[in-house]
Amino acid sequence: MTWLHLYARFLCAATLLLIAAGGMVTSTGSGLSVPDWPNSYGYFMFSFPLSSMVGGIFYEHGHRLIASSVGVLTIGMTVWLWRVETRRWMRRLGVIALAAVILQGLLGGITVLYFLPTAVSVSHAGLAEIFFGLTVCLALFTSTGWRRSGAASTHDAVARDATDVTTAALATALPVVVYVQILVGATMRHTGAGLAIPDFPLVFGGIVPPAWTFPVTVHYLHRLGAGLTAMVVFTTAGRLAMRQRDRPDLLRPAVSLTLLVLIQIGLGGWTVLSGRAPVINTAHVATGALVLGTSLLLGLRVNRHRFPDARQADASPPHAAALTAKEVARGAAI
Amino acid sequence: MQQRNLWTALSILALATTVACGGGGEGGGDAPAAAPAAPAFDPATAGNVSGMVMFDGELPAGEELMMNSDPVCAMSATNKTSDTFVGSDGHLGNVFVYVKEGLEGQRFPPASGNVELNQQGCRYTPHVMGIRVGQTLTITNSDPTLHNIHASPSANDEFNMGQPIQGMTFERTFDTAEVMVPFKCDVHGWMNAYIGVLDHPYFAITGTDGMFDLNALPPGDYVIEAWHESLGTQTQNVTVATGQTADVSFTFAQ
Ligand SMILES: [Cu+2]
Repeated sequence: MTWLHLYARFLCAATLLLIAAGGMVTSTGSGLSVPDWPNSYGYFMFSFPLSSMVGGIFYEHGHRLIASSVGVLTIGMTVWLWRVETRRWMRRLGVIALAAVILQGLLGGITVLYFLPTAVSVSHAGLAEIFFGLTVCLALFTSTGWRRSGAASTHDAVARDATDVTTAALATALPVVVYVQILVGATMRHTGAGLAIPDFPLVFGGIVPPAWTFPVTVHYLHRLGAGLTAMVVFTTAGRLAMRQRDRPDLLRPAVSLTLLVLIQIGLGGWTVLSGRAPVINTAHVATGALVLGTSLLLGLRVNRHRFPDARQADASPPHAAALTAKEVARGAAI
Repeated sequence: MQQRNLWTALSILALATTVACGGGGEGGGDAPAAAPAAPAFDPATAGNVSGMVMFDGELPAGEELMMNSDPVCAMSATNKTSDTFVGSDGHLGNVFVYVKEGLEGQRFPPASGNVELNQQGCRYTPHVMGIRVGQTLTITNSDPTLHNIHASPSANDEFNMGQPIQGMTFERTFDTAEVMVPFKCDVHGWMNAYIGVLDHPYFAITGTDGMFDLNALPPGDYVIEAWHESLGTQTQNVTVATGQTADVSFTFAQ
């Protein structure tokens, strides 16, 4: 495990923490407790007295502090990649992550200054998940497992196995399905529709809502989306378990994903039944990010052979060997 | 501030022009412009509306406010009970009673003085209040902690200002009549207040005795509305005659 990979993992974990902190801001309704931005009550962000972090300010200012730290970590990641990474697309990915985190900070500021318009708040939530996905990518692509699997292409046979195109297609679609489900959830959250359907698992005592107001509709879509996501996850995991037993790198995320989806549905129901208790609600947001991150990991591993740093099984071995040697040298240099 | 004065002047000018051109529907400002459609009303012809707001049944107990998230509030606040349901012996307080219809097109002299909204003991005083269009609202932080003052009107401009230091004040005006403008503090989620903005002076807030008076109304037919933050609104029609006091009572229930 290289230091760069360790750093990428740390950035990924910090981003998950940031998403949870942001989740607490919305769950506790503290988004406007610090009216100005980028300053906090006129103070430069880092000189705002900790003793003043009372009430909603604890969540909002805390979120800003963690966000700034993640921003700094991302600058570090981008610079590090730019200096040592041999894969050009990876260096670019670092720059994209940096651009995403900067844009995310601006969206956060704009939503405060314009009193949390739904479109901006939902974009802020949506971009948060994209940025988290980018940090998952950075961690995965800097891992030795990923780099090794690029050479051992006989192993990533899933997508090219004609009998298992369906599994590969499902695993590829999975992160997209999860992301859309998260966007629906974010829309529900930022339009205050989280309790529009007050019971769970039933819907107003039945299966279909008796009336279709916007809050009820978006809430119902999020529940339908949960069912769809669970179906895709279970099917993908089931197929992988049956057909790809020799691929622990796929089986492990598939099992995690299955468990996470079950937990996530439970947390969603608990959020409704608890009347949106902030901690439960936020756990639901954070677990949603974990589901996205894990499904992304799975989708990327299944599509390993499509990446520029993959070497096809039929590629000329000397070339592959030369590259590997170069990479080893590079790794040693780090 | 200077810019705001400029805008006010421009708005008055625009309004005066509109009125002169025969436009100027309802909801106009308090502009002291020459308005031919609004003959000055003779105070000698005035009548009154007086009455009471009652609550049918037992008034819900005031909710206990959890102030633990700010140690200053938790320690210094003397009153930690919600202002939503106040009253005694079947009378309901904190009800905003006002003339909703019947004064259209009439102009009244602008109010004198400011209206004050104080943040003290981590609550708003008063909890329900009224203000005229264009009248200055002075907002003060009397607490040794931070507050943000976040108004979320629908007809007026939304604003959110921070008052981190004890003794800070600032001033605001509202351009358009609106019942009610909600105020809240996002630092202290339990802090809220409501301000009714009107283009006439006929409004009142009931005390714990539920009583209200709307005095010195021009004779005529009116719709009187009573607004409560959680019980909703009720309206009644009333005719005001010179020198008479019309009686209007409202009864809310849950
Ligand atoms: Cu406050």
